[in-house]
Amino acid sequence: MPDLTQIALATGFGLILIGFYGALTRRGLLRIILAFTLASTGVNVVIVAIGYMRGRTAPILDEAVTTATAVGRIIDPLPQALVLTAIVIGLGVTALMLAYAYRLFRRHRTLDIAAFRELKW
Amino acid sequence: MVKRLFALGLLAVFAGLFASLLSGYVPDAALNPTARYYAERTAPDLGAANLVTAIIITYRGLDTLGEVTVLFLAAAIVGLVLGSDRGSHRPGPEDRTAGRPDEAPANPSPPVGELLTTGSRLLVPLILLLGVYVFANGHRTPGGGFQGGAILASATLLLLLAKPGRQLSHRLIAALESLAGLLFIIIGLLGLALAGGFLDNRILPLGTLGALFSAGAIPLISALIGLKVGAEFSSILASLAETRQAQAGRVEPVGDTPAAWVQPDRDNPGAAHKPTGPATTADREQP
Repeated sequence: MPDLTQIALATGFGLILIGFYGALTRRGLLRIILAFTLASTGVNVVIVAIGYMRGRTAPILDEAVTTATAVGRIIDPLPQALVLTAIVIGLGVTALMLAYAYRLFRRHRTLDIAAFRELKW
Repeated sequence: MVKRLFALGLLAVFAGLFASLLSGYVPDAALNPTARYYAERTAPDLGAANLVTAIIITYRGLDTLGEVTVLFLAAAIVGLVLGSDRGSHRPGPEDRTAGRPDEAPANPSPPVGELLTTGSRLLVPLILLLGVYVFANGHRTPGGGFQGGAILASATLLLLLAKPGRQLSHRLIAALESLAGLLFIIIGLLGLALAGGFLDNRILPLGTLGALFSAGAIPLISALIGLKVGAEFSSILASLAETRQAQAGRVEPVGDTPAAWVQPDRDNPGAAHKPTGPATTADREQP
């Protein structure tokens, strides 16, 4: 019986692989952007899963988890803090990619990356 | 075909890497020293019950300042990239603030249903209230500035969905965004002058652990981050929505057959040399 951490890690790695596959093989720009979003979600899942510890609770102090007992009761708060900001930045980066995709579409009337030849040699 | 094989080979390498990581992974039995420090010192030092918020806003406050700056840059570039495209048919800047849905000519979007219109009137104030609640209580419950800001921006999204021709006031969004950013930095500098360092939250009394008015400046900074993030996302959403109107109101000189959407532009000199096959290029299905 696999642990919850193992399942979450496997899910995250799987999402990263799906994202890489999509980014490497698709030719439509929107699908490539979607693939990058999937991969970054996978990275976030992996980081959160690494911070998880069995039998412990969220890093918020209250009556049940006091300052004195916190060290033995809570999970690592740092990965959660990192992922929290990573999600927000990821959304901003996705919006940026979509804006550039729109500009490319305006210029070339297509989203097929085979048509973008300016930087090819 | 070679390309696809190459991609699959690369993926196999990554899969092997991940598999070895996964099989060799042993979860920690106890907190590592950094996490232990946060667990022991956050409540006595900063007075915040939510350790994640304490890390984001105080321990790593400079990171957070950098992150909202990255987000601001993303929003600004989205506005720049999409905005330079809008032509002369756009109304002048003095017309932008008034919402005039009948001005958008030949908008191809389907009519908005009664349910969405009425529902948005009911839900938008509640969503805004939830966003404010989430960032005002970030230091004692799950929540914080980023989450609250994203919820605020979802209210903007609902407004835009309910009335696609709506013009949001960019001036208001920009004022809100820059004011929040300015106050964020001023509070950080006050920490430098009155307490231990830049963005130190102990410029205000710490109060009792878990109370609404506690944890020094954390709720204040949280609210400012929430407003800033909400304004930045709203600006991105407004830019994207206006793109759609500009597209709808413009007559394109390029071929207007549906094939023009999948084929490269033949008039473009960069794409003229090697014409790709018709319509099969965009995302072929795999056998």
